[in-house]
Amino acid sequence: MAELACEIELHRGDGFALAVELRCPPGITCVMGASGSGKSTVLGVLAGLVVPDRGRVVVGGDVWLDRDKGVDLPVHHRRLAYVFQGLALFPHMSARHNVEYGMHDVPRADRPAKARALLARLGVGHLAERRPRTFSGGEAQRVALARALARSPKLVLLDEPFSALDRDLRAQLVALVRELATELAVPVVHVTHSVAEARALADRVVRLDRGKVVAAGAPDEVLRVGED
Amino acid sequence: MTWAPLLLSLEIATIAMIVSLVVGSGLALLLGWRKLPARDLVDAVVSAPLVLPPTVLGYYLFTALGVFGTTFVFNFRGAVIAATVGSLPLVVRTVRVGLESVEPNLVAAARTLGASPARVLATVTLPLAGPGIAAAAMLGFARALGDYGITQVVASAHFEGIGIPYTSPASIYMYDQFIGGHEDSARAMAIVTTILGVAILFTANRLTRRLYHRG
Repeated sequence: MAELACEIELHRGDGFALAVELRCPPGITCVMGASGSGKSTVLGVLAGLVVPDRGRVVVGGDVWLDRDKGVDLPVHHRRLAYVFQGLALFPHMSARHNVEYGMHDVPRADRPAKARALLARLGVGHLAERRPRTFSGGEAQRVALARALARSPKLVLLDEPFSALDRDLRAQLVALVRELATELAVPVVHVTHSVAEARALADRVVRLDRGKVVAAGAPDEVLRVGED
Repeated sequence: MTWAPLLLSLEIATIAMIVSLVVGSGLALLLGWRKLPARDLVDAVVSAPLVLPPTVLGYYLFTALGVFGTTFVFNFRGAVIAATVGSLPLVVRTVRVGLESVEPNLVAAARTLGASPARVLATVTLPLAGPGIAAAAMLGFARALGDYGITQVVASAHFEGIGIPYTSPASIYMYDQFIGGHEDSARAMAIVTTILGVAILFTANRLTRRLYHRG
């Protein structure tokens, strides 16, 4: 089964310590917690952008990181989709070129059509030849999702991608992510502050506090009634 | 009044700009690497031409290049090396500003999309640092165009260029004319090199501002 299993131990120079153990089956796991609780650092370790002191990351049976055995798969060899908080769309490329950027396995001649199809699927096909500067917040989110998913990932990481959007747009994108997660059948780790978003999206919720997992389970078990 | 000195200076500055841009971009990338051993020391050595008297730099260069006889001294090659060394720190610093202006998340995003470090550099970092690299080229050119002291020591006052007869670079020519009482030609050369220098700096400033105004 395409499960994510990870154990992370990390100490930063500023005194912050992270000691986290996660198991995420296919579906959406929402990671919640206050600012500074270590949510984004966990995503950084999973992606290979942050190297922990000790740790192990296994995705679908493939070992991406095992510090004890000296295994550390480079970032560009980890088959993952990562939507950054600021989206990080390449400003000097069109939406289509952004989406084509990660299509290494697709023959070059087929990439434009595939990128256009993916953008159309996410409702932003009309933006294919435009650059990110001209996109609205919701459009940029959809293009960022299309770009991340173009790689046929084994793991999807979403770092508060909807935080800057209004409620209606957020609801639309939450429904879209839900649909895509079901289709991909891979673990999706979604970092969010929003309890409403977690209730709408999550199959599982993990709550972090000061670098430690303090609760994990089904949304109804972890999220308190009336919490928002 | 002859314009051959100005053409000679433009030739030297063009080649020096290309060499210092290639070497300077490499050094800027190296200095951006946080794990580089003795990074501060390397930075200080690269930046030394900014603070050392040109004659001192010229002396070091002359001593080092003199090992090869007259291959690199008392000629055009020596003038190009002198101008390159003089402009290198400006190029390195400006390219670094350009590289540091690239948002780290864009580099991280490219890596998570499966791009190797070389591909990230070629397709994301360098294109986005483009205005800074162009500004660095212009500053390097302007600095090389105006060099006097290092060139005088390493290449001497008179030599041949590529297709240019035995003459002096513009800065040395202007001084010679002034001392020799030919004030008209000294003034004409001074005005033309000033206009060129200011135009280059103006363009470099505009390019640098683009880095900060890029959304």
